[in-house]
Amino acid sequence: MPPNAEARAAENVARASYGRLLAVLAAPAGDIPAAEDALADAFERALANWPASGIPDNPEGWLLTVARNRLRDLFKSSAFKTGVKLDDVHTAFDDLDFDAIPDKRLELLFVCAHPAIDAGIRTPLMLQTVLGFDSAQIAAAFAVPEAAMAQRLVRAKRRIRDARIPFTIPLRDDMPARLPAVLEAIYGAYAIDWMAVAGTTERDSLAAESLYLAITLASLLDTEPEAYGLAALISLSMSRAAARADGVPLDEQDTALWDAALIAQGESLLRRAHGFDQVGRFQLEAAIQSVHCARIDGGETDFIALRKLYEALVLVAPTLGARVSLAATIGEIDGPDAGLAVLETIEAPRFQPAWATRAHLLAAAGRVDAAREAYAKAISLTTDAVTRARLREKERGL
Amino acid sequence: MQYSLLVISQEAADAQIDEETMEWGRAAFDAYAKSLDAAGVLLTADILQPVAASTTVSVRDGATQIQDGPFADTKERLNGTFVIEVPDLDAAIAWAEKCPGAQYGAIEIRPSAIIFHDGAWHSLV
Repeated sequence: MPPNAEARAAENVARASYGRLLAVLAAPAGDIPAAEDALADAFERALANWPASGIPDNPEGWLLTVARNRLRDLFKSSAFKTGVKLDDVHTAFDDLDFDAIPDKRLELLFVCAHPAIDAGIRTPLMLQTVLGFDSAQIAAAFAVPEAAMAQRLVRAKRRIRDARIPFTIPLRDDMPARLPAVLEAIYGAYAIDWMAVAGTTERDSLAAESLYLAITLASLLDTEPEAYGLAALISLSMSRAAARADGVPLDEQDTALWDAALIAQGESLLRRAHGFDQVGRFQLEAAIQSVHCARIDGGETDFIALRKLYEALVLVAPTLGARVSLAATIGEIDGPDAGLAVLETIEAPRFQPAWATRAHLLAAAGRVDAAREAYAKAISLTTDAVTRARLREKERGL
Repeated sequence: MQYSLLVISQEAADAQIDEETMEWGRAAFDAYAKSLDAAGVLLTADILQPVAASTTVSVRDGATQIQDGPFADTKERLNGTFVIEVPDLDAAIAWAEKCPGAQYGAIEIRPSAIIFHDGAWHSLV
C-alpha cells in the first residue's frame, strides 16, 4: 500500500520537480553535493511536517525555501569555504511561485556532460541529479557494484564543485562542440548495454527516463534539431519494446503490440526536427525507425527509403552497426549477393551482427554450406541465450 | 579450441570489498556461469580461496620445501578460472568481456596445449 497522502504528495513532487529544484540549488555555487544534502533535508522535513500542517499550496516553493535555508546555514558555517556571495544564493530563490522558479535543468545537463567529466559517468550523473535516482538504482541498471558506482558519482560531483564547472548553457558558437556529448549521455540511458555481464538480463529499463531527458533537453533548447531527433529516435524505438520482448527481430514482430501513441509522438518530434532543415545522425536514425514503424498501418517496409537513410547515416556516423545495416538493406533490394559484396568491404571479424547478417544473406542466396559456417561463427560470438537460440533455429532451417 | 579464462584481480580483502559488493559478485558470477553452461561451452568453473590459504611445494633442490603462501607474491592474483570450449579466440574474447571479473580486474585468455582425458594426453595444437 502506498503511504499516506502527505507522503505521496512529497513523493510526487520529488519525481516531478527533483531535478528542477536541485539545479536551482546547485547552480550558484556549482555545489551538487551540498544541494543534494539540503534538498534531502527539505524532503525529510516535508514528510515530518505535512501530515500535521497539511500539504502546502505550493509544495515546490515550500521545499525550496527549506532547502535554501539549509544551504545558507551551510554556506555560513565557518567550515565551509567558498567564494560565493550569500546574496547570489539568496536572490535566486526570492520568488517562490513554482512557475517562476528558474529552470536550470538545461545548465545541469550541460554540466553533467562537460568535457572535463569522464564520458562513462555522464549518464549516471544525469540520472542522479536530474531524475533523483539513487546510486543503487543506477548501479543495478549498469550492472556494476553499488559501492563502485557511488564512489564514481561522488568523485564526479566533487570535480564539478572543485573545478568550478560553470552552470551555463554554451554559446551558439560552442553548441556544436558541446551538444553531442549531452545527446550521447541521454542516449546512453536508453542504449545501456543490457548484456554487459552475461546472464544478468532482468533489469529495469531506463528507456522512459531517457525519453524524458531527451524531451526536456529538446524543448528547453528549442533550437537544436538533433535534440528533437534524439527524442524522436527514443520515442519510436520504445514503441516496439513490447513486441521485441523475447528478442523477436523487427521483421517478425506483431505490429499489434506496437505502441501507437509513442509512434505518433515520435513522428511529431521528428517533424519538428526536420523543420530546421539541418540533417544529423539522430534525425537519420529516427527516420529509419519511422520507416519501420510505418508497418503499423499494414504497410510494407520501404527498403528504398531505408537505403537512402542508411547511406546518409554512414556518411554522417560511419559506425559498424550502420554499415552492416546498409549491407542488409542492399541485400533486401538488390539481392543477397549485392548485400554480401557490401559486407565484404567491412573489416569487423569479431562483430556479431556482421556474421548474423552474412549468414542470413548466404542462406537467402542458397549457399547452404557457407551459410552454415557463418551461422556457426555468429553463434560462437553470441553470449545472449535468446539470440543464440534464434540463430540456432535459423541454422537448423537451412 | 579449449581456453582457460583466468580471472585476475586484487583479492576481496585487499580491495576492501564490502558485503554488498560481494553479493553483487556472487549474483553476477552465478549468472555468468549459467550463461556459459546454457550455451554449452563451459567445461569447468572454479573460484579460488584467497592466497592466505595457499601452500607452495617444491622439490627442486632435492629436498621438499613447503612454503606457506603463494608461489609469487603479487598485488593482483589469479582468483578463478573458467575453462571453456569454443571455436576460436574471437569467441573466447566475446565471453571474456562478459565476465564480471573484467569489470574490476582483467581476464587472461590462455589456450590449452594438451589435455589429458580417457587415460592419455591429447594435443590440441
